[in-house]
Formats: sequence, C-alpha cells, structure tokens
Amino acid sequence: MRTVGEPLPLAERRAQEERLRAVWDNPSGWRYWTSVNNYQVGLWYASAAFGFMLFAGVLGLLIRIQLAVPGNDFLSANAFNQVFTLHGTVMMFLFAVPIFEAVAIFLLPPMLGARELPFPRLGAFGFWSFLLGGVFVCGSIFFDAAPSSGWFMYPPLATGEEGVGADIWLLGLSFIEIASIAAAVELIVGVLKCRAPGMRINLMPLFAWYLLIVAGMILFAFPPLIAGDILFEMERMFDWPFFDASRGGDPLLWQHLFWIFGHPEVYIIFLPAIALMAMIVPTFAQRPIVGYSWIVLAAVGTGFLSFGLWVHHMFTTGLPQISLAFFSAASESVAIPTGVQIFVFIATMLAGRVTFSVPMLFGSGGIAIFVIGGLTGVMVALAPFDWQAHDTYFVVAHLHYVLIGGMLFPVIAGVYYYYPLIDARRLSQRLGRLAFWLMFVGFNIAFFPMHLTGLRGMPRRVFTYPGDLGWDWLNLISTVGAFLFAIGVLVVVTDVLRPKHGRPRGEVNPWNAGTLEWITEPEENWGVRSIPVIESRYPLWDQETLARDVNEGRFLLPDAEEGRREGLVTSVLDARPIQVQRVGGTSCVTIVSAFSLGAVFVALTFHWWLTALACGVAAFSAIVYWLWTGTAEIPEKPEKYAGLGLTLPLYSSGIVSVGWWAMFITMVGDGTAFASLVFGYFFYWTIHSDFTAGLEGPGLVWPLAALLLFAIAWSLMIAARFCNSRAMTRVMRICLISSFLVTCAGSLAGFWGPWSYNMDPTSHVYPAIVWILVIWVLVHAALGAVMQLYCMARSLAGMLTEEHDMDLHNVVLYWHFMLIAAVTAFAVVGLFPLAH
Amino acid sequence: MRILPREIESLWTLFTAPAVWAVHFLLCYVGVAVYCAKRDLVTFGFGAVRLGIGAATFVALGLIVFSAWLAWRQWGFGMHDPPHDEPSPQDRRHFQGFATLLLCGLSFVAVIYVGLAAVFISECAR
Repeated sequence: MRTVGEPLPLAERRAQEERLRAVWDNPSGWRYWTSVNNYQVGLWYASAAFGFMLFAGVLGLLIRIQLAVPGNDFLSANAFNQVFTLHGTVMMFLFAVPIFEAVAIFLLPPMLGARELPFPRLGAFGFWSFLLGGVFVCGSIFFDAAPSSGWFMYPPLATGEEGVGADIWLLGLSFIEIASIAAAVELIVGVLKCRAPGMRINLMPLFAWYLLIVAGMILFAFPPLIAGDILFEMERMFDWPFFDASRGGDPLLWQHLFWIFGHPEVYIIFLPAIALMAMIVPTFAQRPIVGYSWIVLAAVGTGFLSFGLWVHHMFTTGLPQISLAFFSAASESVAIPTGVQIFVFIATMLAGRVTFSVPMLFGSGGIAIFVIGGLTGVMVALAPFDWQAHDTYFVVAHLHYVLIGGMLFPVIAGVYYYYPLIDARRLSQRLGRLAFWLMFVGFNIAFFPMHLTGLRGMPRRVFTYPGDLGWDWLNLISTVGAFLFAIGVLVVVTDVLRPKHGRPRGEVNPWNAGTLEWITEPEENWGVRSIPVIESRYPLWDQETLARDVNEGRFLLPDAEEGRREGLVTSVLDARPIQVQRVGGTSCVTIVSAFSLGAVFVALTFHWWLTALACGVAAFSAIVYWLWTGTAEIPEKPEKYAGLGLTLPLYSSGIVSVGWWAMFITMVGDGTAFASLVFGYFFYWTIHSDFTAGLEGPGLVWPLAALLLFAIAWSLMIAARFCNSRAMTRVMRICLISSFLVTCAGSLAGFWGPWSYNMDPTSHVYPAIVWILVIWVLVHAALGAVMQLYCMARSLAGMLTEEHDMDLHNVVLYWHFMLIAAVTAFAVVGLFPLAH
Repeated sequence: MRILPREIESLWTLFTAPAVWAVHFLLCYVGVAVYCAKRDLVTFGFGAVRLGIGAATFVALGLIVFSAWLAWRQWGFGMHDPPHDEPSPQDRRHFQGFATLLLCGLSFVAVIYVGLAAVFISECAR
C-alpha cells in the first residue's frame, strides 16, 4: 500500500467533495432529528446529559438550603427524600455515565481517523432511549412520584416503598442501562476495528485505550444491575420474595448485585475523564506523553481491580472479616494504578513547557481535588475506619471529592479544550478563569466541612438535625460554598450558550494539538475528507503534510461514487485495511424503535399491561424492519477500489466482520447478567441450611429433557451453517426449521418442569429463583427461534446465500451462548438439589 | 516438543496477569464465603482454608511470573527502551510486551495483597 496518493486536479477534487457532502449531509427541518451522524448524536447526547446535570444540580442546592440551618422546614421529609434520591440517581445515571458516551461518540471517530463509528444507528437509538428514560425519571418529581429510598435503592425500604417511585427508578434506569450497553458495543468495535490504517495499537490515542477498557467494564458491570433490577421489579410487581427475609429472600443479595455494578461504575466515570486529561496535558506541555505504556497499565489495571472492590460498600453488613480483608486489600491496590496516572501527568508537565490555559486549570484543579478524595478513599477502604465513618457525611465528602475532582472538572476542561471542534472558535479565557476559581473555591468550601460534620457523627440522608450537636455552622458553610460553586457552573453555561457572533471563526487546531481529531473541519459533516495513513502517536506534529494531504483527498476513500456512507474496517493489532464498510444513514427507525421500547417500560411502571404489549409488538416490528432493511446488505459489487492501490471487499461475515463482534460483545454482557442470576441461586443456597425449604423442585426429567433438546437445536444450527457454506440450501433450510421446532419443544420441556411440580414463586424464594432462571432461558430461546425464522426468511428472499452468510454466522454465535445458558440453567435447577 | 509457547499475536495476552488476579481473587472470596456459611457440613477447619489460599496464591504468583517471562521475551528481553512509538510491527510488539510486563508487576503485588489477608485472619469472625 502506498502511504499517500498523487494530487488530483482541482475540478475532480471539488466533484468528490460535492458527492461526499451530499452523502453525509443532514436532513433539514424536523427531519434533522432523524440524523444518525456521530457529530449530531454526540452533541445532542452531551447537551441532554448537561441538561440533566443542571437539573440535578438544582436538586443539590435544594438539599443544601434545607440543611443550611437546624430544624429547617423548607422541604418536608418526604420531599427531601425524593430530592436527594433523584439528585444522586440523575448525577450518576443521567450525567456521569452518559456524558462519557456522548464525548466518546463525538470524539472517537475523528480521533481514530474514521468517518463514523461502525453502528451509527445503534448510537442514535442509544441516545433516544437515554433521553426518553431520563425525562421519565426526572419528570416524576413534578408529580410527587419520584423514588425516595436513596440512589442505591436498598430493600426492604425500597421494595416496600409506596407509589410508583421505585418502579420508575428500576424500569427507567434499566432502559438507560440497555442504552449504555449499546454504546459499549459500539465503542469496543469502533476502537478495535475502525482505526485509520497504520494506527497500530502502540500508536492509538490514549483516549481510545481508556474507552476500550471502560466499554469492557460496562459489559461486566451493568448486567449485574440489570439482573438485580429484574429480581427487584419481580418482587414489586408480582410479589416474588427475592429480598424478603420472611420467605427465604435476602436484602443483601441486592447490595451485592448493586455494588458489583456500582463500584466499577465509579471507575467507568473516572477513567474517561482522565482520558480527556491524557489528551489535554500533552497538548499544553507541547510534547508527547511521558509513559504511554504506563497509562495503558493504569487503565487496564484499574479496569480489572475495580471489580474487586464492591464489598467495601458493605463493610458494615456483617460479612466474615476475611472477606472484608480481601476487598480492603483490593481497594488499597487500586490506588497504585490510579497514582501512576497522576505521576504520568506530572512527569509530562515537568518534561514539557506548560501553558496554563483554562483547560489545564480545570484539569489540574480537578486532579488536586481528586487526590484528596483518593486519600480519604484509602482511609475508608480500611474496614475499621469505615465502621466509624460509614453512612456519615464523611462518605458524602469523599464521594463528591472523587466524582467532582475526578470527573466534573476534567469534563469542563474538555468542554473548554474541545469547544473549537464544535464552533471553530474558543470559549472566553476570562470567563473560564472566573468560572474555575468560583468552582474550585466554592467546591472546597462546600464539601471540605462535610468531612468534619461526618466525623462529628452527622448521618447522611437526614432531612434536618437539632442545633446543639455542633453541625450547624459547618452545614451553613457548606451551603454558602455550594451556591458559590453553582455560580461558577452558571458562568460556564453562560459562556457556552451566549451568542458569539463577534468572535472570528476558523480556528482549526487553536491549541496546536498533535492528535488526529484536530484535523476535522467543524463545517463539514463527513468526519475526515479522506482516511489517512497514520505513522505516529501525534500525527499532526510528526507528519507535517498530513492535514493538507487529508483535505486534498490524497488518502483512502476520498469519494462517494455510489452515494453510500462508507468507512474502513482494519485489523485489531496493526490496523491493516480489510474491508470497506457501508454504515447506515439517516433514518427515523431508530427513534421509532427507541420510543416504542421506552413506552413498554413506561407502561409496565403503571401496570398498563395491554399498552405494554402493544408497544412491545411495535418495538419488535420496528427492530425487525431495521435489521431487515439496514443490516447484512448484499452490495452491488463484491469489491471496491479504496485508493492508494487498495481494492477491498464490501461484505464480510464471521469473525472478521464487525457485526460478528457486536453480537459477541452483546452476548458477553447478556451472559454476565445470566451469571448474576445464577450467583443469586447459589447465594440463597449459602445462606440457608436447606435452601429448598422442603419445597418441591422442578424434578430431574424435564430440565434434563430441555437441556438435551436445546443441545440438539444448537447442533442443528451448526449443521445449517455447514450446509450453507457447501451451498446445500435446501438441507440448510430443513436444519433451520427442525432447529426451530426442537427449540419450541425444548422450551415447553423447560417450562413443564417447575409448572408440573406446582412451584409457586410467591411462596418462597426457592421456586422464585428457579422460575427466574427458567424464564431467562425461555425468553432467550424465543429470541433464538425468531432468529431462526429470520434466517429462513432471508434465505427465501435470496438475502442469505452461500457467500453472503453474515446473518447465519451471527445467529449461530447467538446459539453458542444460548447453549451455555440452557446447559447451565437446567443443570443447576435439575441436578443441584440432588447434590444437596 | 516445545516447553515454552510460541509468541502469540493477539491483544488478549495483555490481560493474562490481571485475569489471573481476578480468578485468584474470586476463588479466595467464594471459597471463604462458602466455607464460612457451610462450615458445619465439613470436617476441616479454617486452617485448611488458609492453607488453600496460600497454595492458590503461590500458583497465581507462579502463573504471573510465567506470564511476565513471556512478556519480557515479547519486549525483546529489555534490549529496547520505551516509548515504542515507531510505526512498525516490531515496536508494536515491544509495546505490547512492555505493557504486559507492567501489568504483571501490578497483578503480582495485588495478588500478594489479597493473599496477606489469610496471614492475619484466623477465623470466620463477623
């Protein structure tokens, strides 16, 4: 492959640009909102997340007003409960996590030199799901119906909560978690398979490294919470006693599932913000980062270790001390990679000549705050200290230091740093400095005294307190600081929103940064004019003619002759080009799917069963339409000339295709949720001497029959794939239909086990957990059966052939996971009671 | 027959040592949780559990050292200094080796941290 092409005549360049512009153009009028382009979606996503943050910030101020003086009656106890629950929930689920997804969707493609992420419609679907779920959750407080049991919803308080508040939390957030997993799929595949040619993994921007790790963490962290949500909602909706101790349940199971999610989540929030710092610091030090490999160590190390910390939220629940010690040890060891990152930044700053502009100010101020939060974190990671500080304002101070220092400040730094990419001009340096000092000083005045109120014994979540305990003046100071902080935030908002007609546009790369995202022109929607060949970690510094060559279309895919949106798929390690991928364009199917699916969750909250069913059918139809019309499309020609002497295929299937990876990653997440339910089964076994409580199980015969039938269905799918690859179309179809019938039989057998033994899921937790495992498999079997019919239909329509077999490959991959789930579930519910 | 595996061209090798840490951590945690919940059903005491944790720790450390050796080899036995930022397959391999080696170091320490719990705690006290 050549590394740069010959210059083209101007007329031809202009013609290429016209075609590219037309292909990537946004629709106008109301149809603008059907755009799926990463720039628009990223911007909407970020704006919505910031909107939710401001809303939650106002709730925070309400909390501070209420607590400013002892015995205050500004808010009633019930209103206060709703306000602090929603404050935490919105900040965590509607701001901290989504803002990273937003930034990633916006920044990742230009940073990797890609035109788009591999699944733009999935990204748009995620955004609309998030927006709908977010409005639903936030809106509840205006109807006095917000959740009120704290953002981690501990049962039995939350299972017994009156009204629909807890259901809104559970269903609204489950919906948003699905959107997060969709984003994770998009980001992992994007980072691994859509980098510019030559961008080997040792040249990848650190931001991409961090996002890869964070997306991987989402895949293992969010599913346990989804599993927990399912159990929780089954208890609230149908009285299945998963957390009801009087019927064999245990509230602690929720705490485990919540914090297996909740602690990695802290790092899911923190790492992308630090990733922004890893882009900002080298720019302002005007030199490459010192210790690139060390940052990779820190990102990967934190990613793993963060899964060994969850019990440190449960130190006071009476677990064996040695268990606490394991988690305490892991909590201490995670300080090592966290510290490494800070030292890398300091070293880079020392080695270069730092300009302290606004992004650096926010960045370094944030790190200073974060270090204080990290140190109190080391304190509360020690079980004996935690027993004293647990559930006091000391913890409130700690978590705000960590989250605001480790996340909010770096994100604001990112806003100031990346604003020129949106608007081709900088934000005001003067207002930026003012905002920083207001926020920095206000933050410390607000939150530092909370360490002291906590040590003086003030518990969190009390709506008022008596005046003679020595908490009053500390609280008053906190309130003053909080308002100062809020004014600072308001300055930032004003700076971003105010009209800037007076300032000149056209500042491309105003900070003289070295990374690829600064090549993009804010006016154009195509991402990069042509996809460059990368030879450095800081291509804009080291490849001198890069920007010119890119914009003159001298690299790959400089044209859109066929009128299609196209990107490049490259290999994982060395980023060798392997395929030209056509991505989905503007469509309203994403909005229809997201809103109809969202309506299912809303309807379930209010127990409108028929509406939920109708919306479910609508969502299902929309998604099938989306898949049928927008995926696994057979191109009009097998290959295409991409430029620089490269001709690449337009279609691929199996392990080299991005679709296969998306299915694999989704199913890993799905498998994690299932594993969490299995964990629940064994958890109940450990806490009871007889976990069946003398009740009938599902027997041995039917579960094993189901297991066998699902194994046969799986083998038939393997056979179908084999026959298809040998062009034995008729046999392939017979295999598909037989597999479908065996799947139905297997599902009936699976259902018949617990049904025939009259297992009543409301009587005790044992039948309930058995039913949940069985239902999980049945739902997946139903999906698997739909996929079999889908493949059959595609084959009949001539869209699934010997060469074009992506659908079948992906469905067989689904069935591998299906088999694992069926074997595990039926072996556990059928055989384990015997072993016992 | 080879005793040492050939060099593998894969991103997955980067995660070997942290994965060993994760498995070791889970084994220790689950083992102890089940033992402390079901100790009436078994005949051995907590001492045996501690020995088990010790054995698991040694195995885990051994695996990490082995992985570190492979990483050292991938890094070219330390003959090349970072930053490994050349656009060549060789530098990419050296980077992978070096990053893997660093992760081995972190995982080694983290496994010891977890194992230490069994040195100091001698019963299922709550």
